[in-house]
Parts: sequence; C-alpha cells; structure tokens
Amino acid sequence: MKLRNQLKAALRSLGKNKMRTFLTMLGIIIGVASVIAMLAIGQGSKESIQKQIANLGTNLLTVFPSASMTGGVRMEAGSSVKLTMDDYKAVSSRCPAVLYSTPTVRTSGQLIAGGQNWRTTVWGVYPDYFNIRNLDIDKGAAFTLNDDRTATKVCVIGQTVNKYLFGEGQDPTGKIIRINKIPFQVIGLIATKGQNAWGQDQDDIVIAPFNTVQVRMMTVAYIQSIMLSATSEKMIPEATDEVTQVLKERHRLGPSEDPDFSIRSQADISSAATATSSILTALLASIASISLLVGGIGIMNIMLVSVTERTREIGIRMGVGARGRDVLLQFLIEALMISLIGGLLGVGLGIVASGVIASIMSWPVTITIQSIVLSFMFSTVIGIFFGWYPARKAASLNPIDALRYE
Amino acid sequence: MHLQWVVHPRAAAPVEEEGADMKETIISVNHLVKIYKMGDLEVHALRGIKLDIYKSDFVAIMGKSGSGKSTFMNIAGCLDVPTKGDYMLDGVDVGKLNKDQLAHLRNKKIGFVFQSFNLLSRTSALENVELPLMYNSKITSKEMKERSINALEEVGLASRSHHFPSQLSGGEQQRVAIARALVNNPVVILADEPTGNLDTRTSVEVMSIFQKLNTQGITVIIVTHEPDIAAYTNRNVTFRDGRIQKDLTVEKPRNAAAELLTMPVLSEEDTI
Repeated sequence: MKLRNQLKAALRSLGKNKMRTFLTMLGIIIGVASVIAMLAIGQGSKESIQKQIANLGTNLLTVFPSASMTGGVRMEAGSSVKLTMDDYKAVSSRCPAVLYSTPTVRTSGQLIAGGQNWRTTVWGVYPDYFNIRNLDIDKGAAFTLNDDRTATKVCVIGQTVNKYLFGEGQDPTGKIIRINKIPFQVIGLIATKGQNAWGQDQDDIVIAPFNTVQVRMMTVAYIQSIMLSATSEKMIPEATDEVTQVLKERHRLGPSEDPDFSIRSQADISSAATATSSILTALLASIASISLLVGGIGIMNIMLVSVTERTREIGIRMGVGARGRDVLLQFLIEALMISLIGGLLGVGLGIVASGVIASIMSWPVTITIQSIVLSFMFSTVIGIFFGWYPARKAASLNPIDALRYE
Repeated sequence: MHLQWVVHPRAAAPVEEEGADMKETIISVNHLVKIYKMGDLEVHALRGIKLDIYKSDFVAIMGKSGSGKSTFMNIAGCLDVPTKGDYMLDGVDVGKLNKDQLAHLRNKKIGFVFQSFNLLSRTSALENVELPLMYNSKITSKEMKERSINALEEVGLASRSHHFPSQLSGGEQQRVAIARALVNNPVVILADEPTGNLDTRTSVEVMSIFQKLNTQGITVIIVTHEPDIAAYTNRNVTFRDGRIQKDLTVEKPRNAAAELLTMPVLSEEDTI
C-alpha cells in the first residue's frame, strides 16, 4: 500500500473515534508539554544562576587566612590574623597570572544622613575592587589610589543604601554621611547589581578606600582577605598555584605542609551551583517523562482495543490481499500519528505553559530548541515502541479467523 | 482409488465438442487433504479432493455444514493451505507459497464475496471497491478510481458510489462487494453463500449479476446450500464428509435476468 494511502486511511480511522483519539493524544500532549516546561524551568534557573555568578566576576579568587585553632577549639575562617599588607604586596607583584588585586577589610557601620540611618557592611578596598567585582558606577565616580594613600574620607554607596538614606533615584554624590560618627563624603553611586546566587542583596554596601577603613575606622594593621582576579577564566588554576607558592614561602611553610590560608574561586562555586541546577533539571524532566511514558501506555491500550474491534476489517483487508506488513504498518502509522500530532500539540502547550509559569510565578524560564526536539523525538519513539505490539498482534491475525470474527 | 466413481461429465465434454482446443484450467486440485488439529483431536475436513475448474465455469459448491465445502473455499481462495495434496491456481503451485505470497495471489487472482458482505463501515462504496487496488502498488490513484467506477457500473451502482454501506440495502451492499471482487480482474470470483442474507428477489438480482459476469468469461464459484440458487449455475459439485459426492452439469440453467422481469416487486402493501 502506498504511503499516501496509508496516511489517509490512518487519519480516517482516527477521525472515526474523535473523542477517543483526542483522549489518547492528551496523554502525549501533557507528557510532552510537561517535559518542555520542566526543562524550561530547569534551564532558566541554571542560566540565571550562571548569570548571577558571572556578575560577581567569574575570575574572582579570594584568599582567606585559615581558621585558627586554640586548644582544640576551631574558630571561624578568617578569625586568626595571618594576612598582612606585605602578603598582599608579594601576591600583587609576584603573580603574573593575577590581573587585579586588592586587600580588603570590612566592618559593619551605622550610617546616618539627615534624619535617616541604616546599618550595613563597609568595605575598605583598592579601586581594583570595582574591576574584580564588575561594579559599574551609576553616578559620580569611584575613588582613586591617591584617596587611599591619603586615607581620604570618601565613599561609594550601593543602591539600597541610597534608597534608605536619601530616597530611591536621588543623586547622593557630594552629600555627607556619618559612618560610626565619622563623616564621609559620598562620591559615587554603584549601578544596580541585584541579588547574588545566595539571595544576598549586593546593593546593600558601602565601599571606601582601604586605608581609610583600616586606619580611621577599624584601627587595625592586618587585612582580612585578598581579592584578586586571574587574567582569564582558564588562568584560575595557574593563579591559585602562584598565590599558594608565594604565600607559603612568605609564611615559611614547606611544599608538603598544609597552607595556613585558603583560596576560594568563584568558578568552584559556579560549577557547584550549575551542577546542582543540572541535577534538578534532570530530576524534573525525568518526572515529567514518566507522564509521557504513561501516555505511551495509553496509546498501547487504545490500539489493542482498536485491533480487537477491527478484527473483521483486518480480515477483509487481508482477504483482498493485504500482507502482514501492510496491516502492521497501518496500525503502526495510526499509533505514530497519535504520538506525532500529540507531540506537536504538546510542544505548543509546553511553550504556552512555560510562558504562563514565567509570568505568574515570575520564575526564570528558558525554552531551548534542544528540549523541543528532545521531547518531540521522545514522543515519537514512544509511539513506535507502544504501537509496535498492537500492530504486531493485528498483523499476525489469521485471515480466516479474522473474517469470521463477530 | 475411492474417488474413481465420481462422475466428471465436464472433464470429457470439451474434448468432444471442441476437439484439441481444450478449455483452460483455472483451478486444479488433486488429493487435497485438510486436517485440523484441535488439541489431540484430528478433524478431517477434506479427505482427498480431486477437482478441475475451467475458465468461464460457473460452479456451485453444495453440501451440508461439515461437508468440507467451506474448507475447500478457504483453500481455493488462498486463505488457507492444504495439509496434503496439490493445488494449482492459474498455473501457480499454491502449496509452496508463504503468507505474503498467498496475500499477493489473493490480490491478483481472486475476488471474494461473503455472506455478510464484509464491507468496511463508514467507508464509501467507491472506497470499498478501491480497497484491493490499494494493495497493488503498481496502480496509480487515477487508474484506481477509473477501475472502481467501472466495476460499480458493472453491478449497476455507479450512482451510489459515495454512499456508505449503512445507507445501502442488503442487495446493494452485496453488489458493492461483487464490484470489489471484480475490480482487480481476478481469474476467479469466490462467493461464500452470497445470497444467504438476502430475500428471494434480491438473491435473484445478485445471481443475475453473477450470470452476466460469467457470460463475459469470468469464472465464478459460489458456495450455497440452496438448490434454487445452484440452479442458476452451470455445474453443481456436492461435497459430503470431506469428499466429492456428485459433480453434475446443469443442463438448463435458470436465467436470473429473465425471471427478474416477471417477478413482482414487493411493496409495503403486500405485508399482511
């Protein structure tokens, strides 16, 4: 039988039982749609996590002193004072894989401006910090190394701080805020950064020159951490090695001894977060594909009923010369048609559902071509797989018995 | 040999009438045996049949149920294969064929007509007639339509080609089935109790169509247990217990078309 006639015959017999065909199809439609929607949610969250991490600066490395241990009681990381300005200078001058670097100190400060007050973290850093963290200045300007040298009382503030002290959208440059009773002049406003991957508000920040914070606010001699960025993402391991070597040498530690500091890279966090969301995506998609599988069983069920109902028709067709494979193909094409049309409608429904999820739940949603192709192909495979057995059953009928079947 | 007593008047007749110009044999079976196994039980449906059917024969196969006539028709129609014995259909040794080859043979050489019409429901008369041609990949859809319309014209139903079986009377449905049997130009039309579900007048109508086709040279074999119906054919073969009991030529076959003219058309008023 010619394929065109086969397709026509399949369409007609599916059309004879419209309700049944539609309900059978519904299993596939829902299956495909949920696979697409789940993959879209997974992909969306993965991309948004990646974007947020990239926002922090993917080449970012942070050097912390290790936790101190006094009499067996381990303290918080960074609780011992083991990094000094000399460490920083050695790292910044002797590591070719390091592009930007800054020592950091941070303290919490009560900010007062006019009648408003706000409590937040005050960072003391070099201007390189803005490059390392990909911070853009919205209004005004960043401070310079000169401000640092002279320990000038200037600062740059984040959008959240601006909102609570001066009101949203106000230009804070030139205004004076008092941080822990020390007056600072605001010289810049950082562009909105949003939340980071852990839900922390990155706009709730005050950044001032390193020396100003270290000497004028904290009156300490140590530095809390060194932040640096590798020349490229590929150079992160290289930079890590260089920094480790330099600091071990300075701290008089042998190559086999454990370092008394730790280096955290943004890439570690990034890959961990990406892996987590990939697992989540796979989990969601596999749950959704179970519904596709159930849809396939629905096809098989209906096709088996159909073969029994149409035993006589099969007998007639065989009587006038249909071979086993003609009958097989006929039923297989019907099953395939249910899954193909169901797959197409499912793709449509999946896209709509993803859009609805995105707008109602305001989740990040990304539909990829791969997910559409994958779920559509999956539905096709299911059609063939679950259509095969009923079709085989039809094809193996004995024409005499089939013709006599009541 | 137990079959030797069987009379074969027709086997010898053509030689006498037409000399060396012998009639072409369409169906030739020899020592045909069919045994059904039902568990441990063996049912001997055919116990050695020898029968030759020639081109342009119009044969009625008669016999009680269980006589083996249906089994013979199934084998003759290539729906079943014999347990033993030879079957030549139009020069093809059917016994050596596999399932697909049997299907091909049914498609090319045989037209079936059934007692219960066996039309596809919700499929128009025309498409029902097209069905055998669908399984012939060499035929274009244009040719398919032409031949199907011709076949419907042959049975006088061209005007109802787009009706569904449910919109047709029993006689009309059987005529569609005959058109379907006709459409692939078979060497033989096999009809299993074609008038079994029809009233007298419609039965005669159907028989008149078979007679008309037979005069055009088409070989027709019908299975029937009604002697009235068998009287329209040229040759009556009676089966009994898996053997051929009688094989007789009908001297003066009834003429269905002529009888139809004299038959009253029954209307509702005739119902008492």
